[in-house]
Amino acid sequence: MMSKDRGTASADRNKPINEMTLIFPSLSRNESFARVVAASFVSQLDPSVEELSDVRTAVSEAVTNAIIHGYENETGIIKMVCLLYEDSVEITVIDEGKGIENIELARQPLYTSKPDMERSGMGFTVMETFMDEVNVESEVGKGTKVTMIKYFDSVKGKDRTKNNK
Amino acid sequence: MMCLAYIVIVFYSGLYKERRMIRLQVKFSNKGNILIVKLIGELDHHVSDYVRRKIDSEMIKPTTKNMVFDLSNLSFMDSSGIGIIMGRYRAISRINGQVAVACSNTQILKLLEMSGIGNVVPIFDDADKAVKSVLEVAQNDV
Repeated sequence: MMSKDRGTASADRNKPINEMTLIFPSLSRNESFARVVAASFVSQLDPSVEELSDVRTAVSEAVTNAIIHGYENETGIIKMVCLLYEDSVEITVIDEGKGIENIELARQPLYTSKPDMERSGMGFTVMETFMDEVNVESEVGKGTKVTMIKYFDSVKGKDRTKNNK
Repeated sequence: MMCLAYIVIVFYSGLYKERRMIRLQVKFSNKGNILIVKLIGELDHHVSDYVRRKIDSEMIKPTTKNMVFDLSNLSFMDSSGIGIIMGRYRAISRINGQVAVACSNTQILKLLEMSGIGNVVPIFDDADKAVKSVLEVAQNDV
Protein backbone atom coordinates (compact mmCIF):
# COMPACT_ATOMS: atom_id res chain seq x y z
CA MET A 1 0.00 0.00 0.00
CA MET A 2 0.82 3.65 -0.45
CA SER A 3 2.09 6.02 2.02
CA LYS A 4 5.29 7.78 2.42
CA ASP A 5 3.25 10.58 3.92
CA ARG A 6 1.77 8.44 6.68
CA GLY A 7 4.51 9.61 9.00
CA THR A 8 3.59 13.25 8.58
CA ALA A 9 -0.12 12.56 8.66
CA SER A 10 -0.99 15.33 11.05
CA ALA A 11 0.66 17.90 8.82
CA ASP A 12 -1.28 16.62 5.81
CA ARG A 13 -4.70 16.17 7.30
CA ASN A 14 -6.42 17.50 4.26
CA LYS A 15 -4.54 15.35 1.84
CA PRO A 16 -6.10 12.01 0.92
CA ILE A 17 -3.95 8.99 1.73
CA ASN A 18 -5.58 7.04 -1.07
CA GLU A 19 -8.16 7.60 -3.75
CA MET A 20 -10.21 5.61 -6.22
CA THR A 21 -12.71 6.25 -8.99
CA LEU A 22 -15.20 3.71 -10.24
CA ILE A 23 -17.15 4.24 -13.44
CA PHE A 24 -20.05 1.99 -14.32
CA PRO A 25 -23.33 1.99 -16.31
CA SER A 26 -26.54 2.68 -14.40
CA LEU A 27 -27.68 -0.93 -14.19
CA SER A 28 -29.41 -1.93 -10.99
CA ARG A 29 -27.13 -4.92 -10.54
CA ASN A 30 -24.28 -2.47 -10.06
CA GLU A 31 -25.83 -1.27 -6.80
CA SER A 32 -24.33 -4.18 -4.92
CA PHE A 33 -21.13 -3.95 -6.95
CA ALA A 34 -20.64 -0.28 -6.00
CA ARG A 35 -21.31 -0.77 -2.31
CA VAL A 36 -19.02 -3.79 -2.09
CA VAL A 37 -16.22 -1.86 -3.82
CA ALA A 38 -16.69 1.19 -1.57
CA ALA A 39 -16.70 -0.96 1.57
CA SER A 40 -13.61 -2.91 0.62
CA PHE A 41 -11.76 0.30 -0.29
CA VAL A 42 -12.69 1.86 3.05
CA SER A 43 -11.74 -1.30 4.96
CA GLN A 44 -8.06 -0.30 4.49
CA LEU A 45 -8.62 1.99 7.47
CA ASP A 46 -9.81 -0.94 9.55
CA PRO A 47 -13.04 0.69 10.74
CA SER A 48 -15.63 -1.11 12.85
CA VAL A 49 -18.10 -3.53 11.26
CA GLU A 50 -20.90 -1.10 11.97
CA GLU A 51 -19.11 1.84 10.33
CA LEU A 52 -18.51 -0.29 7.25
CA SER A 53 -22.22 -1.21 7.11
CA ASP A 54 -23.06 2.49 7.33
CA VAL A 55 -20.90 3.20 4.28
CA ARG A 56 -22.38 0.26 2.37
CA THR A 57 -25.92 1.39 3.07
CA ALA A 58 -25.31 5.03 2.12
CA VAL A 59 -23.54 4.11 -1.13
CA SER A 60 -26.39 1.78 -2.02
CA GLU A 61 -28.89 4.63 -1.57
CA ALA A 62 -26.86 7.15 -3.55
CA VAL A 63 -26.28 4.77 -6.46
CA THR A 64 -29.93 3.63 -6.45
CA ASN A 65 -31.01 7.28 -6.62
CA ALA A 66 -28.75 7.89 -9.62
CA ILE A 67 -30.18 4.83 -11.37
CA ILE A 68 -33.89 5.39 -10.77
CA HIS A 69 -34.09 9.16 -10.58
CA GLY A 70 -31.04 10.40 -12.47
CA TYR A 71 -31.34 8.13 -15.48
CA GLU A 72 -34.88 6.78 -15.08
CA ASN A 73 -35.40 4.35 -17.95
CA GLU A 74 -32.22 4.98 -19.88
CA THR A 75 -28.71 3.78 -19.16
CA GLY A 76 -26.10 6.37 -18.35
CA ILE A 77 -22.76 6.53 -16.65
CA ILE A 78 -22.32 6.74 -12.88
CA LYS A 79 -19.05 7.81 -11.37
CA MET A 80 -18.12 7.08 -7.77
CA VAL A 81 -15.09 8.93 -6.39
CA CYS A 82 -13.69 7.82 -3.03
CA LEU A 83 -11.10 9.88 -1.16
CA LEU A 84 -9.64 8.15 1.84
CA TYR A 85 -8.20 10.19 4.72
CA GLU A 86 -6.50 9.11 7.94
CA ASP A 87 -9.77 8.62 9.77
CA SER A 88 -12.50 9.48 7.30
CA VAL A 89 -13.73 8.90 3.79
CA GLU A 90 -15.40 11.18 1.28
CA ILE A 91 -17.53 9.40 -1.30
CA THR A 92 -19.01 11.28 -4.24
CA VAL A 93 -21.60 9.70 -6.52
CA ILE A 94 -22.05 11.59 -9.78
CA ASP A 95 -24.58 11.10 -12.55
CA GLU A 96 -25.23 13.08 -15.70
CA GLY A 97 -28.93 12.41 -15.63
CA LYS A 98 -31.94 14.66 -15.44
CA GLY A 99 -31.05 16.39 -12.18
CA ILE A 100 -33.20 17.34 -9.18
CA GLU A 101 -35.53 20.31 -9.48
CA ASN A 102 -36.01 20.92 -5.79
CA ILE A 103 -33.20 19.49 -3.65
CA GLU A 104 -34.82 20.74 -0.44
CA LEU A 105 -37.96 18.74 -1.22
CA ALA A 106 -36.07 15.65 -2.42
CA ARG A 107 -34.17 15.49 0.87
CA GLN A 108 -37.33 15.47 2.95
CA PRO A 109 -38.12 12.16 4.66
CA LEU A 110 -40.88 10.19 2.95
CA TYR A 111 -40.87 12.42 -0.13
CA THR A 112 -40.75 10.41 -3.33
CA SER A 113 -41.19 11.54 -6.91
CA LYS A 114 -42.23 8.00 -7.79
CA PRO A 115 -45.01 6.93 -5.41
CA ASP A 116 -46.16 4.26 -7.87
CA MET A 117 -42.85 2.42 -7.46
CA GLU A 118 -43.51 1.86 -3.76
CA ARG A 119 -40.26 3.53 -2.84
CA SER A 120 -40.07 4.61 0.77
CA GLY A 121 -38.79 8.11 0.06
CA MET A 122 -36.08 7.54 2.64
CA GLY A 123 -33.00 7.58 0.41
CA PHE A 124 -31.50 10.91 1.46
CA THR A 125 -32.64 10.42 5.05
CA VAL A 126 -30.77 7.12 5.17
CA MET A 127 -27.63 8.77 3.77
CA GLU A 128 -27.89 11.54 6.37
CA THR A 129 -28.41 9.06 9.18
CA PHE A 130 -25.61 6.69 8.21
CA MET A 131 -23.01 9.28 7.17
CA ASP A 132 -21.77 12.41 8.96
CA GLU A 133 -22.13 14.93 6.16
CA VAL A 134 -24.21 14.81 3.00
CA ASN A 135 -24.04 17.49 0.34
CA VAL A 136 -26.21 17.49 -2.79
CA GLU A 137 -25.53 19.55 -5.89
CA SER A 138 -27.80 19.26 -8.87
CA GLU A 139 -28.71 21.01 -12.04
CA VAL A 140 -31.79 20.12 -14.08
CA GLY A 141 -30.74 18.49 -17.32
CA LYS A 142 -27.10 18.28 -16.27
CA GLY A 143 -27.01 15.77 -13.42
CA THR A 144 -26.55 15.29 -9.72
CA LYS A 145 -23.57 15.04 -7.43
CA VAL A 146 -23.96 13.63 -3.93
CA THR A 147 -20.98 13.98 -1.61
CA MET A 148 -20.96 12.03 1.64
CA ILE A 149 -18.38 12.11 4.41
CA LYS A 150 -17.97 9.52 7.14
CA TYR A 151 -15.67 9.99 10.12
CA PHE A 152 -14.49 6.75 11.64
CA ASP A 153 -14.45 7.20 15.39
CA SER A 154 -13.06 3.72 15.85
CA VAL A 155 -10.02 4.59 13.75
CA LYS A 156 -9.17 7.83 15.50
CA GLY A 157 -6.09 7.61 17.65
CA LYS A 158 -5.07 4.23 16.27
CA ASP A 159 -1.42 3.98 15.45
CA ARG A 160 -1.76 3.86 11.69
CA THR A 161 1.94 3.52 11.02
CA LYS A 162 2.36 0.04 12.40
CA ASN A 163 0.05 -1.59 9.83
CA ASN A 164 1.91 -0.05 7.05
CA LYS A 165 5.37 -1.36 6.56
CA MET B 1 -7.14 3.30 -17.12
CA MET B 2 -10.66 4.43 -16.32
CA CYS B 3 -11.76 3.78 -19.88
CA LEU B 4 -10.39 0.28 -19.65
CA ALA B 5 -12.23 -0.40 -16.39
CA TYR B 6 -15.42 0.87 -17.96
CA ILE B 7 -15.03 -1.32 -21.02
CA VAL B 8 -14.43 -4.32 -18.80
CA ILE B 9 -17.54 -3.58 -16.75
CA VAL B 10 -19.73 -3.00 -19.80
CA PHE B 11 -18.46 -6.20 -21.33
CA TYR B 12 -19.09 -8.09 -18.13
CA SER B 13 -22.63 -6.77 -17.71
CA GLY B 14 -23.40 -7.52 -21.38
CA LEU B 15 -22.24 -11.06 -20.84
CA TYR B 16 -24.75 -11.60 -18.07
CA LYS B 17 -27.58 -9.61 -19.54
CA GLU B 18 -29.85 -12.56 -20.10
CA ARG B 19 -29.19 -14.32 -16.87
CA ARG B 20 -31.13 -13.20 -13.83
CA MET B 21 -28.70 -12.61 -11.06
CA ILE B 22 -30.81 -12.91 -7.97
CA ARG B 23 -28.76 -12.58 -4.86
CA LEU B 24 -31.82 -12.94 -2.74
CA GLN B 25 -34.00 -15.88 -1.87
CA VAL B 26 -37.57 -15.70 -0.64
CA LYS B 27 -38.95 -18.65 1.32
CA PHE B 28 -42.48 -19.05 2.58
CA SER B 29 -43.98 -21.06 5.37
CA ASN B 30 -47.31 -20.91 7.14
CA LYS B 31 -48.37 -21.15 10.73
CA GLY B 32 -52.16 -21.06 10.84
CA ASN B 33 -53.10 -17.88 9.06
CA ILE B 34 -49.64 -16.37 9.46
CA LEU B 35 -47.53 -16.16 6.34
CA ILE B 36 -43.86 -16.25 7.30
CA VAL B 37 -41.65 -14.61 4.68
CA LYS B 38 -38.01 -15.51 5.08
CA LEU B 39 -35.57 -13.36 3.14
CA ILE B 40 -32.06 -14.66 2.59
CA GLY B 41 -29.24 -12.61 1.10
CA GLU B 42 -29.17 -8.91 0.24
CA LEU B 43 -32.28 -6.81 -0.31
CA ASP B 44 -31.80 -3.73 -2.49
CA HIS B 45 -33.55 -1.99 -5.39
CA HIS B 46 -32.18 -4.52 -7.90
CA VAL B 47 -34.11 -7.42 -6.38
CA SER B 48 -37.05 -5.42 -4.98
CA ASP B 49 -39.44 -6.05 -7.90
CA TYR B 50 -38.73 -9.75 -7.78
CA VAL B 51 -39.30 -9.89 -4.02
CA ARG B 52 -42.49 -7.83 -4.24
CA ARG B 53 -43.97 -10.04 -6.95
CA LYS B 54 -43.08 -13.21 -5.05
CA ILE B 55 -44.57 -12.02 -1.78
CA ASP B 56 -47.70 -10.60 -3.38
CA SER B 57 -48.50 -13.78 -5.28
CA GLU B 58 -48.24 -15.72 -2.02
CA MET B 59 -50.12 -13.11 -0.01
CA ILE B 60 -53.30 -13.18 -2.07
CA LYS B 61 -53.98 -16.74 -0.93
CA PRO B 62 -57.07 -16.71 1.30
CA THR B 63 -55.15 -18.45 4.10
CA THR B 64 -53.08 -15.34 4.73
CA LYS B 65 -54.26 -12.94 7.36
CA ASN B 66 -51.11 -12.09 9.29
CA MET B 67 -47.52 -11.80 8.23
CA VAL B 68 -44.07 -12.22 9.75
CA PHE B 69 -40.99 -10.92 7.96
CA ASP B 70 -38.05 -13.05 8.99
CA LEU B 71 -34.96 -10.97 8.24
CA SER B 72 -32.60 -13.07 10.39
CA ASN B 73 -30.78 -14.32 7.29
CA LEU B 74 -30.62 -10.99 5.53
CA SER B 75 -27.08 -9.64 5.41
CA PHE B 76 -27.96 -6.28 3.87
CA MET B 77 -31.00 -4.09 3.36
CA ASP B 78 -31.46 -0.52 2.15
CA SER B 79 -34.52 1.72 1.89
CA SER B 80 -35.96 -0.49 -0.88
CA GLY B 81 -36.70 -3.00 1.90
CA ILE B 82 -38.51 -0.32 3.88
CA GLY B 83 -40.79 0.26 0.89
CA ILE B 84 -41.53 -3.45 0.60
CA ILE B 85 -42.32 -3.93 4.30
CA MET B 86 -44.46 -0.76 4.49
CA GLY B 87 -46.43 -1.77 1.39
CA ARG B 88 -47.21 -5.24 2.79
CA TYR B 89 -48.01 -3.73 6.19
CA ARG B 90 -50.65 -1.49 4.59
CA ALA B 91 -52.21 -4.43 2.74
CA ILE B 92 -52.32 -6.62 5.86
CA SER B 93 -53.70 -3.76 7.97
CA ARG B 94 -56.56 -3.38 5.50
CA ILE B 95 -57.74 -6.90 6.40
CA ASN B 96 -57.10 -6.19 10.12
CA GLY B 97 -54.13 -8.52 10.24
CA GLN B 98 -50.91 -8.22 12.22
CA VAL B 99 -47.37 -7.81 10.93
CA ALA B 100 -44.20 -8.52 12.89
CA VAL B 101 -40.54 -8.43 11.94
CA ALA B 102 -37.70 -10.68 13.14
CA CYS B 103 -34.26 -9.13 12.82
CA SER B 104 -30.98 -9.13 14.72
CA ASN B 105 -28.63 -7.42 12.23
CA THR B 106 -27.62 -4.03 13.68
CA GLN B 107 -27.45 -2.28 10.28
CA ILE B 108 -30.98 -3.40 9.38
CA LEU B 109 -32.29 -2.61 12.88
CA LYS B 110 -30.91 0.91 12.57
CA LEU B 111 -32.69 1.29 9.23
CA LEU B 112 -35.99 -0.08 10.61
CA GLU B 113 -35.82 2.29 13.59
CA MET B 114 -34.97 5.42 11.61
CA SER B 115 -37.67 4.75 9.02
CA GLY B 116 -40.39 4.62 11.66
CA ILE B 117 -41.30 0.99 10.91
CA GLY B 118 -40.35 0.26 14.51
CA ASN B 119 -43.26 2.47 15.59
CA VAL B 120 -45.94 0.56 13.70
CA VAL B 121 -44.58 -2.98 13.52
CA PRO B 122 -43.14 -4.89 16.49
CA ILE B 123 -39.56 -6.08 15.97
CA PHE B 124 -38.20 -9.26 17.58
CA ASP B 125 -34.78 -10.81 17.56
CA ASP B 126 -35.98 -14.14 16.17
CA ALA B 127 -38.80 -15.52 14.06
CA ASP B 128 -40.33 -17.72 16.79
CA LYS B 129 -40.88 -14.72 19.04
CA ALA B 130 -42.39 -12.74 16.18
CA VAL B 131 -44.79 -15.58 15.31
CA LYS B 132 -45.72 -16.01 18.98
CA SER B 133 -46.57 -12.34 19.36
CA VAL B 134 -48.76 -12.35 16.25
CA LEU B 135 -50.55 -15.48 17.52
CA GLU B 136 -51.21 -13.82 20.87
CA VAL B 137 -52.64 -10.66 19.34
CA ALA B 138 -54.73 -12.74 16.91
CA GLN B 139 -56.16 -14.80 19.78
CA ASN B 140 -57.09 -11.72 21.78
CA ASP B 141 -58.98 -10.43 18.76
CA VAL B 142 -61.22 -13.48 18.59
